[in-house]
Amino acid sequence: MYATTYHRPKSIEEAGQLASEEAMYLSGGQTLLPTMKQRLAAPESLIDLRHIDELKGISVEGRKVRIGAATTHFEVASSDALAKVCPGLCHLASLVGDPAVRHMGTIGGSIANNDPAADYPAGLLGLGATIITNQRSLSADAFFTGLFETALEEGELVTAVEFEAPEKAGYAKFRNPASRYAITGVFVARLGDGSVRVAVTGSGADGVFRHSGMEEALAGNFAAEAIDGTTVDAGALMSDLHASAEYRANLVKVMAKRAVQDAR
Amino acid sequence: MGVEGIGARVTRKEDKRFITGKGRYTDDMVVPGMKFAHFVRSPHAHAKIGGIDASQAESMPGVIAVLNGKQLAEDGIGNIICGWMIHSKDGSPMNMGAWRPLAEEVVRYVGDAVAIVVADSKAQARDAAEAVMVDYEVLPAVTEAAAALEEGAPQIHPEAKDNLIFDWGLGDEAATDAALAEAAHIVELDIVNNRLIPNAIEPRAALGVYDEAEDHYTCYTTSQNPHVARLVMSAFYNVAPENKLRVIAPDVGGGFGSKIYIYPEEIVCLWAARRTGVPVKWVGDRTEAFLTDAHARDHVSTVRMGFDGDHNIIALKVDTIANIGAYMSLFSSATPTYLYATLLSGQYRIPNIYGNVRAVYTNTAPVDAYRGAGRPEATYVLERAMTTAARELGVDQVELRRKNFIREFPYQTPVIMNYDTGNFDAILDAALEAIDYDNFPARRSESEARGKKRGIGMSCYIEACGIAPSQAVGSLGAGVGLWESAEVRVNAVGTVEILTGSHSHGQGHETTFAQVVCDRLGLPIEQVSIIHGDTDKVQMGMGTYGSRSGPVGMNAIAKALDKVEVKAKRLAAHLLEADESDIEISDGELKVKGTDKSVPWFQMALAAYTAHNLPEGMEPGLKEGAFYDPQNFTFPSGCYICEVEVDPETGMTEIVDFVAADDFGNIVNPMIVEGQVHGGLAQGIGQALAEGTHYDPETGQLITASYMDYQMPRAQDLPAFKIKHETTACPSNPLGLKGCGEAGAIGSPPAVINAITDAIGNNDLTMPATPAKVWKAMQN
Repeated sequence: MYATTYHRPKSIEEAGQLASEEAMYLSGGQTLLPTMKQRLAAPESLIDLRHIDELKGISVEGRKVRIGAATTHFEVASSDALAKVCPGLCHLASLVGDPAVRHMGTIGGSIANNDPAADYPAGLLGLGATIITNQRSLSADAFFTGLFETALEEGELVTAVEFEAPEKAGYAKFRNPASRYAITGVFVARLGDGSVRVAVTGSGADGVFRHSGMEEALAGNFAAEAIDGTTVDAGALMSDLHASAEYRANLVKVMAKRAVQDAR
Repeated sequence: MGVEGIGARVTRKEDKRFITGKGRYTDDMVVPGMKFAHFVRSPHAHAKIGGIDASQAESMPGVIAVLNGKQLAEDGIGNIICGWMIHSKDGSPMNMGAWRPLAEEVVRYVGDAVAIVVADSKAQARDAAEAVMVDYEVLPAVTEAAAALEEGAPQIHPEAKDNLIFDWGLGDEAATDAALAEAAHIVELDIVNNRLIPNAIEPRAALGVYDEAEDHYTCYTTSQNPHVARLVMSAFYNVAPENKLRVIAPDVGGGFGSKIYIYPEEIVCLWAARRTGVPVKWVGDRTEAFLTDAHARDHVSTVRMGFDGDHNIIALKVDTIANIGAYMSLFSSATPTYLYATLLSGQYRIPNIYGNVRAVYTNTAPVDAYRGAGRPEATYVLERAMTTAARELGVDQVELRRKNFIREFPYQTPVIMNYDTGNFDAILDAALEAIDYDNFPARRSESEARGKKRGIGMSCYIEACGIAPSQAVGSLGAGVGLWESAEVRVNAVGTVEILTGSHSHGQGHETTFAQVVCDRLGLPIEQVSIIHGDTDKVQMGMGTYGSRSGPVGMNAIAKALDKVEVKAKRLAAHLLEADESDIEISDGELKVKGTDKSVPWFQMALAAYTAHNLPEGMEPGLKEGAFYDPQNFTFPSGCYICEVEVDPETGMTEIVDFVAADDFGNIVNPMIVEGQVHGGLAQGIGQALAEGTHYDPETGQLITASYMDYQMPRAQDLPAFKIKHETTACPSNPLGLKGCGEAGAIGSPPAVINAITDAIGNNDLTMPATPAKVWKAMQN
């Protein structure tokens, strides 16, 4: 790691003031810190967001859920309030990394990084969540724009995510056996209006994506067998050392079916 | 057996310091004025070095020196050696290229060391290393052994034409061919034994110290054999004369073979310490471990196994290409030859065997011995062929093996080894019973009802440990003898120190070696200390590898104890006015048989040191040493049975049951032996299911250079193992030990793959059998 200056702001405003082209937000650091240790990233300064009270916590009012950006995966996984309205997202958070990662990593950090194999992008896209920043609100569909790419502007900061709890939702993940990231992770949600969203992580050549064929099939019949008739285009999927596009295409269907079966 | 003697489940004495973080590893060593090193390494798999410009680096803060291969050569530092000479079939010696500790003209793999930077801090050394400008002219690279043999492949060393190091054979090729021509059935199989990266938990490290006033060197290093390191560094690398060099291998966090070898870094740190006048410490990081620790296995073989009409094996012919990497590491020539083809007979009567091995240079990390070293490769070839044969012949895999078992000992194989003892039926029966083999069909049906594919696979292995006697290995090309030494020091108060040439880097010697003493002298284990790993303290020894600490190291202790016992009895007889032959040692006392007369052990020891009243002609003191050279290799054997369930939708394999039934001869500490088996199984299952090493074939970059891409086995990937022991004591050593350190890694890979291929009904599967590969095999 190259030398860097560490800042620990106490407010969103203070964090925004510290932002600059040479600075990076740190929100758990489960990707950024290993990258810095490898000397593959070298920000002049780090702005640690995990000690800003207004970024923390989970609130559930009726069906409305708000999760502060600096909330850890462990907190999401173990939230009783969230489990009552959206256990599928708790389950997703419980599958991120390992216990150490889950106690350090945060939801805001994860979605701002938008790793194509991360779990949360599928969860939030599948829930049709809204991403709140210190400047605006964005739909998840607009927020995730590509591999490690988001709609965030320079210095813009995710403060929270909000969503209406779905009627039921499930997440099934097939791990990369080495890294434990998703080779394929599928989040399926049936929303209050009866519509269904299916979001896939770990597989898309352009990152997280929705599968409209499955969404339509499941809207008609929210059952695993409804997915049998759908097709997944391997041409739009990643191929790497661990999994070919054809294998991923198979896994997308298998995981989607399991997510439906597990949906609660 | 006492509560702390041979056969007792004594908890490990050394664990308190390890589990409380109080271990003392090379990186924990601090000496006054110590500075830090970082190595400049080649980012290319193959390139010519046009020049090295260190001027900017040398002017950076805290930098003491930047040293390169030219300076190393000026100081007469020698080439890294290979310690085992192999001759090709035509009688010519192996074609070995030079391995310079710092590359001067050509770099041959990604990670090849080019220069060392010494600075006040680690960070400064690393910063400066980035500023060393090396002018590389990139050359084409080749990473796979078969490709390296092809015409037009990049030439890696001028000494090895077409990258061929040797073309070696063992056995009678003509007789084997003739037998195959007569065979009623021939099984043919292509076998790949995947390259592994050892991944000891402690990365390699070295601290070189030079004392100018005494012209004396000290090297702290992560070694499995510090005396061998000292010998090689003085005799071949000219770093320092042997009497002026102390090598200390303190606590070492795992080796698995990868810390046998003397690597460039310790040589260069020692040399740099003299050259700069400051102690130089280098601690490798995980990336360096992936890139530069000696890798393992990497064989491609074709197998032909012939049977007569009654399903007796009549011939076995194996042709293997072994990837040696960019340079020949210390045992790299022995591993794919005498540690491999000599085990091709396995547990079976095979009258005709021929093994051919071509060793090949590639632009990859050097490959050398790793837990099992040659025997896993032999077992994998043989046991996959046996299971394939059973399927093709339409007979049960158990019965085909049983039919061909060796049952009379000693048994001379056609490939050098003379098996001294064993009971292959007993271990097979124990394994079958433990896995409940007969009821497998019912379990398979039950899995099928849940949509899962269940399979059962087995492997019957035999291996050779100790890699001794010295004369035998010498005649096969070894540069050293492979005996072991021990010294038993009885202190004046009766406590005991054992100085052993073995080295513990996880094995638990401080416990098991002490148990041998407790067993003999009846002392409590707290009164026995084990000293190892320091060439200034301990007499010359050969170190720990090849499962030799038990069958060789502990027997050296037993031999030294014999001498201690003789003197102690003589002294006790004198003190008790009895006959020497009537003295027996038990419970910390020397007693006169059949009487109530005795002298406590500590009083006898005190008498030896006060020397006020010794028998006529006896020297004072009580300290004896022994060098033990085995009469034969030892031959642990076992039967492993694996049961898997495969998810046909994802290709995911779950090991649902695993039995390891082994014959290790006598057992000193069953708990530690079980731990060794567990660890070996984890590594073998890791090879079978998880660990895949991938180099980019064009650029020679190591793709699997971190845990993001290189999967180690995790506890959750493994079942609760069923461990069984059947004992035939080893007849060739006093303690009857065969060795247990490597068996798990030797026997398990074929058992796992045979189980998966059984489950999916497709034998065309290579290791590691990742979910993606298994799924693909199920689509065909």
